[in-house]
Amino acid sequence: MAQLIWNGLFVGSFYALVALGYSMVYGIMKLLNFAHGDLYMLGAFTGFAVLGAVGGVSPGMALPVLLGVMVVTMAVTGLSGVVLERVAYRPLRGAPRLSLLITAVGASFALEYGMRTAAGADPQVYPVRLGGTALEVLGARITVQQVALIVVAVALMIGLNLLVTRTREGRAMRAIALDPRTSALMGINVNAVISRTFFLGSALAGAAGVMAGAYYGKIDFLMGFMIGLKAFTAAVIGGIGNIPGTMLGGLLLGLLESFGTYWLGGEWRDVFAFGVLILFLTVRPTGLLGERVTERV
Amino acid sequence: MTAPAKAPGARRPRHGTPLGRAVGRLLDDKWTGAAGLAVALLAPFVIATPYALSVMTSAAIFVMLASGLNIVVGFCGLLDLGYVAFYAVGAYTSGVLATRLDLPLWATVPAVVAVTALAGVVIGAPTLRLRSDYLAIVTLGFGEIIRITANNLEITGGPSGIYGIPGLTGSPVVFYYITVAVVALAVVGASRLGRSRLGRAWRFVREDEDAAEAMGVHTYRVKLAAYVAGAVWGGLAGVLFAAQVSAISPGSFTFLSSALVLMAVVLGGMGSSPGVVIGAVVVSLLPEVLRDFADHRFLLFGVLLIVVMLLRPQGLWPHRSREAGP
Repeated sequence: MAQLIWNGLFVGSFYALVALGYSMVYGIMKLLNFAHGDLYMLGAFTGFAVLGAVGGVSPGMALPVLLGVMVVTMAVTGLSGVVLERVAYRPLRGAPRLSLLITAVGASFALEYGMRTAAGADPQVYPVRLGGTALEVLGARITVQQVALIVVAVALMIGLNLLVTRTREGRAMRAIALDPRTSALMGINVNAVISRTFFLGSALAGAAGVMAGAYYGKIDFLMGFMIGLKAFTAAVIGGIGNIPGTMLGGLLLGLLESFGTYWLGGEWRDVFAFGVLILFLTVRPTGLLGERVTERV
Repeated sequence: MTAPAKAPGARRPRHGTPLGRAVGRLLDDKWTGAAGLAVALLAPFVIATPYALSVMTSAAIFVMLASGLNIVVGFCGLLDLGYVAFYAVGAYTSGVLATRLDLPLWATVPAVVAVTALAGVVIGAPTLRLRSDYLAIVTLGFGEIIRITANNLEITGGPSGIYGIPGLTGSPVVFYYITVAVVALAVVGASRLGRSRLGRAWRFVREDEDAAEAMGVHTYRVKLAAYVAGAVWGGLAGVLFAAQVSAISPGSFTFLSSALVLMAVVLGGMGSSPGVVIGAVVVSLLPEVLRDFADHRFLLFGVLLIVVMLLRPQGLWPHRSREAGP
């Protein structure tokens, strides 16, 4: 039982980290960035490349090195997100939403198969694995590295929340989410703020990618697809566009999956997750913490 | 033709260059469809190797898929990213019934229509009330649910799928002609649906849902109708597929296939029947032509989707409205 909860929280914190990017972009542009999961994949591969460049890492130094790599990766994926927005999404602002969605699908494909062309179709094995000693807490096996990863994830999420709620930049984001045109009239550089939003969201996805690579050990070019769907599900459960809601949704989805897997068996895990998504959209489309929007039928 | 004198601000409707207009008139003619059909019918007289026949049959089935998705995406503007799910439902329903009950394949068609229509209602009913982007991702999830379910259930044969599905005929040439006939009917049917009263409602919903509703269109029912029609088209294409390959497995129904069908619709021109047929033929034949680029073709497709949307959002062969000029 405790083990199930712990596993759920652990996986959930990954989901939450990726979901935040979905949620921020959706909140500000009302666009589902299908390529977001692939930025997570890009993060995992960037981390892999940087680790390869660093050379051998002694097990004792694994965690500090990994954190350094994570910072580099976040910069890379963040910039990729900015480029993606500039090239594929910005020219279509004001175009029908369908065009934007289709462009996003195209971007997702381009990233996935571009990475396949660059790195090959075979899965790669991460040079650094976080295994290590396990602690018994309330009957659950917990490794120190898991705790470290969760701490990093939570720190990133808290940092983001502070940025959005406390800073000038965050206020600009919230203003654009409410009404882009009025924000522009009030002197906010909408394009610049959207670029920075993409940077933040993509950087978080990249961080999650490095963590997943180090934890699971294996990465491949399609790994972003499923996590993208899951992250979106998490964002919907919590309330898309709402940052605390998205974190809650991520953890909740992790827990639901953990228990669902236990009851139904691992092969039904993804079916269970999407079933929850459809159920949520039917019953409460704005999510747990999202504000109610009157939706015309 | 001389342009009538108009106020400086008034613009004539833009239809491109005179040559383009002439070509457009030719292509818009109802004979285009007949010409396309004639090409499809004569093709086996030109090349009839088993390989060429199987490629052409696959292309025809792909045309049917694309014209079904065109109803949903092109006419009604609902992005369905799990369209292949209906293809899978059709193929599996037909395959299971044919192998378990020893039915001939054509006898499973009523069941396939019923089951796919039901699948369309099951997924459409709760989600069509939502915004289009939610629908896109729910359909994506639905596609995965169907694939994973087929992978895990016993009746669908698990990962190895169903084999030994009886074909419709013994001869590949006869089967090709049957496929072409069915697909031609399906394309004409979709196109006529698009021009019917319901089709006008679909386009209205696509252009402006709020206005449509204000004018008394029951948008929810209209969208559901588009969804169910698309599902049935996909399911029937699934029967043809099952008959062609005689063995189906979950691996044939991935997100990749859904994206390829979408690609065909977008490339050809959403809402344009001849465009979508051309788009589907191009998307399905291109990999055969460019065998050397096989590894990069999905990268190419992804980039192409973006470029088409940026440069030619209406597709290569856009729909020309017959209703009213500006």
